[in-house]
Amino acid sequence: MADKVISIAEVVGELRSGMTIGIGGWGSRRKPMALVRAIARSALTDLTVVSYGGPDVGLLVAAGRVRRVVTGFVSLDSIALEPHFRQARQLGAVQLTELDEGMLHWGLLAAARRLPYLPIRAGLGSDVLRVNPELHTVRSPYSDGEELVAMPALTLDVAFVHLNRADRQGNGQYLGPDPYFDDLFCLAAARSFISCERLVDPAELRSGGPTQSLLISRMMVNGVIETPHGAHFTSCVPDYDRDEAFQREYAASAASPQAWSRFRARYLDVDEAHYQRAVS
Amino acid sequence: MTGASRAEVCIVACAEAWRGDGEILASGMGLIPRLGAQLARRTFAPDLVLSDGEAELVGEDGAEGWLPYRAVFGIVAAGRRHVMMGASQLDRYGNQNISRIGSWAQPTVQLLGVRGAPGNTINHPTSYWVPRHSRRVFVDRVDLVCGIGYDRAAALGPPGNRFHEVRMVVTDKAVLDFQAPDRGMRLRSVHPGVSVDEVVAATGFPLHLPDQLPETRTPGDSELRLIRDRLDPAGLRDHELGR
Repeated sequence: MADKVISIAEVVGELRSGMTIGIGGWGSRRKPMALVRAIARSALTDLTVVSYGGPDVGLLVAAGRVRRVVTGFVSLDSIALEPHFRQARQLGAVQLTELDEGMLHWGLLAAARRLPYLPIRAGLGSDVLRVNPELHTVRSPYSDGEELVAMPALTLDVAFVHLNRADRQGNGQYLGPDPYFDDLFCLAAARSFISCERLVDPAELRSGGPTQSLLISRMMVNGVIETPHGAHFTSCVPDYDRDEAFQREYAASAASPQAWSRFRARYLDVDEAHYQRAVS
Repeated sequence: MTGASRAEVCIVACAEAWRGDGEILASGMGLIPRLGAQLARRTFAPDLVLSDGEAELVGEDGAEGWLPYRAVFGIVAAGRRHVMMGASQLDRYGNQNISRIGSWAQPTVQLLGVRGAPGNTINHPTSYWVPRHSRRVFVDRVDLVCGIGYDRAAALGPPGNRFHEVRMVVTDKAVLDFQAPDRGMRLRSVHPGVSVDEVVAATGFPLHLPDQLPETRTPGDSELRLIRDRLDPAGLRDHELGR
């Protein structure tokens, strides 16, 4: 079996400006932040980011990497509104495809199943259809004739997710309470990369949790990166909770260009090892 | 028992929104609706299913089920849920906005995003909690329809609108519903110490006023004991309303 362990730099090297990337996790929970930081440091531009949005979206938008965000919300959970995303929207600096959370789920499902769309009731009657004129409805061909939203597949060029444990072949394990949509992100993408708190051998993976915690199979994965504390400052339970104090510092950095420059110099314009030392 | 605070009246009013719902997921967004759902289950609606806001369904003495986000969307689509959401703006027909104020391309204020509001309102009963009843919230026209109201549901027609129901709006001043003849917003009751004029003045569109207007019911002694001793012993409820 192939050893898929690669470096953060190699992952970022696969990306091209203009790509559509999907990021797993939810809000400020189990986000692949080490990879997000590396993308923020890169020279990539015009990315489309598909995410149940948290600081992954805020950081990439603030760093100028993003043309369009596809989401149902962007939130830091304990801080309801993501300040960097908010600011970029209010400056007109980033485009938004705003979807109901369930529509986003269906779009990933459709992409993961290689379907052009999946019908869904969510969105009918709401302004989601008005502000996304590319969305269409479809009529049931059966006797009910019901009209539903045809949620198009959210096909991704690349997906990034962060797991608690993984082996070198790309099997990934979540040990917290919620898998979020990480397996769907991987299947919806042409290339998928998982970062993990700790690389372990398959025996430790099996003994570390119940079989159903093995959410990600190696057949969904192109590369594995060990990034200890790599979801920081989002939560990665049971390994660690959200770093609320750091999250407040991050949020405060949206207050002015000077505050952002300071944050950027200290935490983003450094490699992951320096970042981890700075926040430890 | 000393007299009920405004927050305690609001918790009971929120609880009442779930009366008669049976064995469904009662989702309260925010502290007062959550306490309302818990109170309802401990008193007159014992069959309600509650989540911890993460991935667990919690019974009286611990977890009774697993409900990660992906399963929440399944429950929404199955209609086994009644949610009480917040609203940055709400109009006369119950259209709700939590996404943004101002234009689409460049909003003056970017808020949360539509979240699950379109899917909630088209799939199962929805109620709203508004902690500050004001003309900023109760507007003639919302800037973006996230949760759909009765005029949108009517325009959609059957069968698409058959699961739509906006049941109740609970605010710090009053309880409202959509029982006006044209399914517009109706004042249902005012909280003790609040005048009808006060509610009308804080609402940016004409409210339907019924001939007989009751006061919102106050919590009974056993309800107050539950709220104060069991559900919110730290007294967080009073901070949410500033009294």
